[in-house]
Amino acid sequence: MADLNLLPLAVAIPLAAAFLVPLVPKKSRALANAIALLASVGLAAVVLYLLGRSGSYAVGGWKAPVGIELRLDGLSWLMLAVVAGVSLCIVLYATRYMDHYTARGKFYALFFLMIAGMCGVVITGDLFNMYVFLEIAAIASYALVAFGCEAEELEASFKYAVLGSIASSFVLLALALLYGRFGTVNLTQLAGKIGSASEGAKPLITFAKVLLFVGFGLKAALVPFHAWLPDAHPSAPAPVSAMLSGLLIKTIGVYALVRLAFTVFGLTAGDKVSVALMTLAALSILAGNVLALAQWDFKRLLAYSSIAQIGYVVLGIGLATPLGVAAGLFHLVNHSVFKSLLFLNAGAVEQATGTRRLDEMGGLRERMPVTGATSMVASMSIAGVPPFSGFFSKLLVIVACVQATSVGPIRYVFALVAVVGSVITLAYLLKVQRHGFFGKLRDKWRDVREAPFMMSSAMVLLAVACLALSLLWLPGVRELILDPARKVLVP
Amino acid sequence: MVYCLIILLFAVGLYGVVSQRNVIKVVISLVIMEHALNLLLVVLGYGKGGAAPIRVPGESPAALASRAVDPFPQAMVLTAIVIGLGVTVLMVAIALRLYQRYGTYDIAEMRRLRG
Repeated sequence: MADLNLLPLAVAIPLAAAFLVPLVPKKSRALANAIALLASVGLAAVVLYLLGRSGSYAVGGWKAPVGIELRLDGLSWLMLAVVAGVSLCIVLYATRYMDHYTARGKFYALFFLMIAGMCGVVITGDLFNMYVFLEIAAIASYALVAFGCEAEELEASFKYAVLGSIASSFVLLALALLYGRFGTVNLTQLAGKIGSASEGAKPLITFAKVLLFVGFGLKAALVPFHAWLPDAHPSAPAPVSAMLSGLLIKTIGVYALVRLAFTVFGLTAGDKVSVALMTLAALSILAGNVLALAQWDFKRLLAYSSIAQIGYVVLGIGLATPLGVAAGLFHLVNHSVFKSLLFLNAGAVEQATGTRRLDEMGGLRERMPVTGATSMVASMSIAGVPPFSGFFSKLLVIVACVQATSVGPIRYVFALVAVVGSVITLAYLLKVQRHGFFGKLRDKWRDVREAPFMMSSAMVLLAVACLALSLLWLPGVRELILDPARKVLVP
Repeated sequence: MVYCLIILLFAVGLYGVVSQRNVIKVVISLVIMEHALNLLLVVLGYGKGGAAPIRVPGESPAALASRAVDPFPQAMVLTAIVIGLGVTVLMVAIALRLYQRYGTYDIAEMRRLRG
């Protein structure tokens, strides 16, 4: 297809940037920053160009079963857009934030490798390439978590790497079993063969399902598999935390899980897998929120909150009703914006004051007006206060829960969990605002300075997005962006 | 027979990852798990007495498929080995750095993170 010729660029641009930046001499910071910004803008431009297009692209002209197939549809486009948009803001922020780290080239190299991996996972058309891109993104993220080389960072990174590798092994095992039985790893062909599989193949399919469920559940940090996340996400430098929480768990966890569950295994409403997904999601909402409430470390609190918010996304999508899937995807987009923003806020505060402890802060709003205001917007959005985007997506998830008659009476439990969860979310974000930004300014923070212009502008951009994304549900905009993505999963 | 070996290897690896306290032994257990999977991929493509999948001029693809082994899992396994190498190198590097910081390889003594 001629109009998809730019699709491989979504992987090629970040990959090229990842190998170009380390070649830049250490002293020319501006050049490294320029390449990074240029690559992010380029990626965003390619994604914009691809809006509304769909189809498959055969790399090198080799057709699907033999060659490598890239696919674009509404869902992959939505994920690409989220990755490109949020990572652009984060790169803008990183240009100044990384000033107090020495190895800028290495940082950008790993950072763009991770973006390339995420874009690859999203647009690939076969299971094995998905595994390869997933590993690219995951290995880069293990290294980025350990970036500061402090004891805590190394410990978190090791834990993350062990659990991540186990997850990858499970995915690879499932892939091997499926290939052994059906002789293909192409997602479309696999879906057809599984759909018409004989009775004898059923146990194998179920086993593969369980393996993939555990593997991607670990990557997405759904509750029984979440242990690594609250260590790994806060330990990394702020832009990386924002990438991990905002994008990585969604692309290589939720997206991959959802894509396989719906497209390959034909998940339908009321299915056992769907109920299992929703149960884990409800557990994540409860556990993540309650644990977040008890935290005094700003970034750790946000990490626990990510577990809970991923719960909302999976709960919505797991319903497998049109409204539920659309609401889940809507919340996914929103969460990637406001959680990255909150992590960037936390980074700005940490850089200015040198602490992440909420009980040591206080009154920072006076000295850091931009950080204070943008964190307020993000907190209100994530807690679900009306004009902000988080309100609409959470409301829709809850409404979808109540309306999903095919799930049975347990749907009321899920809806109740979602409501209770959002009350707790409001509670701990008020705690952040109350102890961090409001209250009396402590004497030792008298001379704190606002974050530099580049960092502030990145935060302002994301805050504006928090408001603007509410418009995604408006008729007209919804048909353009959310509906095509939803139709890929549920007709 | 080979399948039993694969299951055994995978189980040994998984058990090691869960039970070992030494960081290096955890890494080795992960490597054992990876190799069990690599073995599985290769075995899947092997047919008894299969020849190397090289097409002689004039042979139809179907005729080749009937006498040769499936080359596709071999391509996959090469990629998987390289990925495994990357992970192993990274984890050993982290393990060494951990040793420099904590002065021990015992994960039970690395407990700065909790909560």
